[in-house]
Amino acid sequence: MLKIIFGRLALGVLTLLAVSVLIFAATEVLPGDVASAVLGQGATPETLAVFRKELGLDRPATTRYLEWFWGAVRGDLGVSMTNKRPILEEVAPRFRNTMFLASFAALIAVPLAVGLGIVSAINEGKLVDRTANVLTLMTISVPEFFIAYVLILVFAVQLDWFPSLATVNSDMGLLEKLYVAALPAVTLTLLVTAHMLRMTRASVLSVMSQPYIEMAFLKGMRRTRVIIKHALPNAAGPIITVVALNLAYLIVGVVVIEVVFVYPGIGQLMVDAVSKRDLPVVQACGLIFAGAFIVLNTLADILAILVNPRLRHPR
Amino acid sequence: MKLFGSKPPLSAWIGLTIMAVYVLVAVLAPWIAPFSESESVAGTWDPPSATSWLGTDNIGRDLLSRLIYGARMTIAVALATTVLSFLIGTTAGFLAAVGGRAVDLLLSRFVDVMLSIPLLIFALIILSVFGSSIPVLVLTIAALDSTRVFRLARAVAMNITVTEFVEVARLRGEGLWWVMRREILPNAMPPLIAEFGLRYCFNFLFVAGLSFLGLGIQPPLADWGGMVRDNAQAITFGLMAPIWPAIAIAVMTIGVNLVVDWFLSINSRPSGAMAEM
Repeated sequence: MLKIIFGRLALGVLTLLAVSVLIFAATEVLPGDVASAVLGQGATPETLAVFRKELGLDRPATTRYLEWFWGAVRGDLGVSMTNKRPILEEVAPRFRNTMFLASFAALIAVPLAVGLGIVSAINEGKLVDRTANVLTLMTISVPEFFIAYVLILVFAVQLDWFPSLATVNSDMGLLEKLYVAALPAVTLTLLVTAHMLRMTRASVLSVMSQPYIEMAFLKGMRRTRVIIKHALPNAAGPIITVVALNLAYLIVGVVVIEVVFVYPGIGQLMVDAVSKRDLPVVQACGLIFAGAFIVLNTLADILAILVNPRLRHPR
Repeated sequence: MKLFGSKPPLSAWIGLTIMAVYVLVAVLAPWIAPFSESESVAGTWDPPSATSWLGTDNIGRDLLSRLIYGARMTIAVALATTVLSFLIGTTAGFLAAVGGRAVDLLLSRFVDVMLSIPLLIFALIILSVFGSSIPVLVLTIAALDSTRVFRLARAVAMNITVTEFVEVARLRGEGLWWVMRREILPNAMPPLIAEFGLRYCFNFLFVAGLSFLGLGIQPPLADWGGMVRDNAQAITFGLMAPIWPAIAIAVMTIGVNLVVDWFLSINSRPSGAMAEM
């Protein structure tokens, strides 16, 4: 079993390496180079040459990639192009904010989605199930910012319960932070709950056709008990995978939500950097997001192996 | 699975009507819009009135007119993206299925790596390099989205390549291209069409999301994501200005989804059986 887990971990590291190459290569595919693209048409050859030297573009791409990647591994993400400050300084507090928001949302979303998914499966075809189905379909179909603005309109403007801007800072206590970040967290919750709920319901129902479930029914057990005692343990693997995948989606969904609520997180930093075309910051944020995504995906696979004994032995 | 009560055809009709209305509005925009898309007609965020039914936006342009013109941009860009994405994705997917092990391995591993970066993050990186213009937007999203299409196209084509009629075509000495186009494509159509609808919704939301972040379709061109962004401030005064374009986006996606659901239900054969049609 250890061998399989290590294999999966190695695959994760390998993917991260490949992704870092892709992120780096994306900035190398320009017809000219980064310097001429950023400075635009008006650049004189002299300023271009100075700027190139500053960015280190006079050295081969492979050297620059190795330096960049080795720096990132040691926590040195380079220097921002717009304000010349080390990127790490800017990213670190924002990263903490983003993680705070994401875990806040996850703590509400995961129990809610798995719980409701099981309730839907128990009441398959009944009113609860059908309502959940229609509601989740709707939240999947609408854009993220739509949910966010409807929530702002109702809870921040009309009812005035929560602030419409979620500007947290490090001086705030935990309770105050939770209060200010409540609306973005609820928006994120709604976004990921739908998918998790549907998948939980589907994984529970997919084991319902198994002979041992039929046996349990024939013994005269109640549906609720059959599902919780017999179906759920066997559906746990897929459910854990879906939860981890949705947490990965949460990390990405955070970008738009942070912009809506002006939340000082890493997503907003990345969007700002993209509109200013501050490439080192964009690359650093991209690497962090992709890294979080890969870590969660790897975690999902490993947890699935741990939960399901049948996956522990290579076929 | 029954979705909306007991009559799926009704929901499909609603979806089709929504799509038809949107396309009509997009095509006829210059004739039905009361004002032009960039014309300033009144003050900032004027309330709805007889002249401008939904009020005006952040620089006094008529919201309804911009909503109508926005249909053109938003629908056309998403459609162009999806068509391109399918051209790339299905070609590569079919090639992976019929082209032999080496081609398959190469394409599949590359796509695996692409899939391990969130789409939005990858798109942001590329847009920061190239700057945002409509061709860049369409090409970027199409290229990224085609990795998702590739997976489905490859899986479907894999089931078809093992059938006798493909083997016969090969024994006849038909070329790779001919086999892909004449034997595999017609048999892979139903799942691909359903997927087309779903990918269209996804791209539609994706373009709207990027425009909302200020990185998609650029002003003064009207598009719904950008309109939400421009009018976002109005919400703090309790105005509906940013909600209208968001509703337009939501209704479109729901409409397409209804049609896709119906299409899936009439073609609900497992992909293995599809090869025998």
